[in-house]
Amino acid sequence: MLGGDPLLAGDVDLAVVLIVLLKVVVVFALLLVATMLMIWFERKVVSDLQNRIGPNTAGPFGILQTLADGIKFFFKEDLMPEQAQRRVFILAPLLTVVPAFLLFSIVPIGGDFSNGGDGSVELFGHTTYLQLADPPIGILFALAMSSLAVYGVMLAGWSSGSKYPLLGSVRASAQMVSYEAALGLAVCAVVLTNGTLSTHQMVVEQAGDGWGSFIPNWNILIAGFVPFVVFLLASQAELNRPPFDLVEAEQELVGSYHTEYSSIRFALFFVAEFMNSVTMAAIIVTLFLGGPAGPTLLGPGWLWGVIWFFLKTVAFLFLFVWIRGTVPRVRYDQLMDLGWKVLIPLSIAWLLVLAVFHVARDQHWNGLVVVGAAAVIGLIFFGLLRLAITTSKANRLEEAVD
Amino acid sequence: MGYLGGFLVSLRQIGRKQRVTTQYPKEKAPKPARVHGRHVLNRYEDGMEKCIGCELCAGVCPARCIYVRGADNPPDDPVSPGERYGFVYEINYLRCIHCDLCVEACPTEAITESKMFEFSFTNRADAIYTKAELVVGDDGRPRKLPWEDWRPGEDEMTSAWMRATAPSGDARFEGVVGWSSELGYGLRAPEADQETKDKRTTAPEMIDEHGHGPDPHGDPGHDGLSHDDGHGGH
Repeated sequence: MLGGDPLLAGDVDLAVVLIVLLKVVVVFALLLVATMLMIWFERKVVSDLQNRIGPNTAGPFGILQTLADGIKFFFKEDLMPEQAQRRVFILAPLLTVVPAFLLFSIVPIGGDFSNGGDGSVELFGHTTYLQLADPPIGILFALAMSSLAVYGVMLAGWSSGSKYPLLGSVRASAQMVSYEAALGLAVCAVVLTNGTLSTHQMVVEQAGDGWGSFIPNWNILIAGFVPFVVFLLASQAELNRPPFDLVEAEQELVGSYHTEYSSIRFALFFVAEFMNSVTMAAIIVTLFLGGPAGPTLLGPGWLWGVIWFFLKTVAFLFLFVWIRGTVPRVRYDQLMDLGWKVLIPLSIAWLLVLAVFHVARDQHWNGLVVVGAAAVIGLIFFGLLRLAITTSKANRLEEAVD
Repeated sequence: MGYLGGFLVSLRQIGRKQRVTTQYPKEKAPKPARVHGRHVLNRYEDGMEKCIGCELCAGVCPARCIYVRGADNPPDDPVSPGERYGFVYEINYLRCIHCDLCVEACPTEAITESKMFEFSFTNRADAIYTKAELVVGDDGRPRKLPWEDWRPGEDEMTSAWMRATAPSGDARFEGVVGWSSELGYGLRAPEADQETKDKRTTAPEMIDEHGHGPDPHGDPGHDGLSHDDGHGGH
C-alpha cells in the first residue's frame, strides 16, 4: 500500500522510520531553499530579459534578497479586514502552501537509472529510492494536490469580504477547472505510454536507450510532442503564471485574491506560487524528460541522477521565466478559448491516436492503414469541431443583434 | 518565426552591458534645466530682497502652503527697494506640490525654484521653511540645510523657467533680457532665439535651407543658463 519503495517492503523498524523522517526533512529543506532561489532566479532572469538589473544589493548578485523580503514580511503588521470571515481567512494561505509542499513528495530527485538500474540507492544499509514517497497512484496524487491548491485561492478571495479578491477567486476557479482537464489528458498520454501511474516507474520506463541507442527514451519523443506542449501550457495556466495570470491581473484586480492579505500570510501565497513553479518544472521533467535518468559520466551513478534532474529542472524554470518575460497577458476569452477549444480537443485527439497505435502494435495491424485511417478520422473531427465553433459563434452573434 | 519571434527579442537582452535601470541612490539621472525643486527667495545684486510682501504667491498657491505677511520698509534700513517687504515668509513643504504657480505669480521674480528636490525632514518644524532658510545667502546661493541633498549645479540657474514666462519678460524672449539682476549672478545672459536652438539640434542641410546665420549673441551657455557676472545684457 505504501508504494514501490523497497525501504518499506520488509519490516518497518526504527531505522526505516528514521530514514523516512530524514527524507522528509531533506525534501522540506530542499524545497524551501529551491523556492528561495527560484524567487531570486525569476527576478534576476526576468530583469535580464527586460534589460533591467534586478535585485543586486543583498548578498552577492542579490541572492539573499528573498531572505531579506521574508524577514521583512515577518515583522510587518498582520491586518484583517473587518468584513473578513476570520477562520477561512486564516485557513486559506495554509491551504495553498500545504498542497505545494505535498506535491513535491512524489517527485524522484535522484537515483542510478543507468545500465538498467531501477534507481534504488543504499542508505544506511537500507535500499531505497531518492524520493519521499512512491505511491502506486503517483501522478494522480500530483493532480489532486494541484487542484486542491485552487481552494486556497478561492477561499482567500471569498473570505476577504472585498470585491476584487472575490472577482479574482471566481476567475481562478474557472481557469483552474478549465485547464485541469487539459493537464489531466496530457498526463493520460504519458500514463498510456508507460503503463503506470507511479512516478518512479515512469522514470524507469524512460531510462533505457531509445532508437539508435543514443536518442533518449523520453516520453517527449515516445508519447509525442503534443502532450508535452499541452502540459507545458496548461501548467502555466494552472500555476497562474503569466501570460495566464488573469487571477492576479494587477491592472484589473489590484492584487486579486491576496489584495487584503498582509505580512506573512501574504508571503505564504507567494511562497506557494513559486514552490508550485519549481514542483511543476520537476513534474514536467519526470513525465516527459526522464527525470533523473541520464548517462553517468564519472563518479557514483546516484549523484548523476541528482545532477541530471537539477539541470533539466533549471532548464524548465528558465523556460517558465522566459515565457513570463516575453508573452503579454491573454484576454479572458482568449484564455478560455485556448483551454476549451484548442488544448482539450487536441489532447483528446492525441490520446485517441496514441491508444489506436498501441492497439495496432499489439494486434499487428497494417501500420500504413492505421495512420491513414487516423488521419482521415482526425480531419473529419477537426472539421466538425470548427463547424460547431463557427455555428455557435454565429448563433451568439445573431442573439446579440436581436 | 511568427508567434515565437518575440522570444528571441527578449532573449537578446540577456548579457547586455547597458541597462535601462538607474541605480538611484548611488547614481542619479541628470535633471532637466527647469525641474521644480525647493524654493529660494532671491535678492538683488546690492543685497536687497526682491520680495515685496504682496502675497500673490500665497493667493495663487493651490496647496495653500505659503504664508506671507508684508510690512512697511523701515526708512533708515530698508529690506527691499520698494515700499513694503516680506516680513514673514513661510513655505510648508509637507503641503507644497512644486507646481511653480507661485513663481509665475511673483511680479518681482523674488521666489523661484532650485533643482533640489531630495530633502527629507523628521519633524514638522523642519518642514516649514522660514525666511531664514529660503532667502539666498550673501553669495546669492541657496542656504543648504543638513537634510537636503544638494548636488553640484543645482544651486545655480534657479530661475530659468521663470524668466521665460514672467510677466516682466518677453514671452518669446529671444535674445532679450527681460529680467532683473541677481545677487551673486548679476544680469544673466539671454537665451538663444529658437532658430539658433533649432540649428543646434537639427541637421545642417535644414539650416542652409532656412538661411539663418550664426547666433549674433554667441552661445549663451546652456540655453541661456550661464551666469558669468561680467557678461551682462545688451
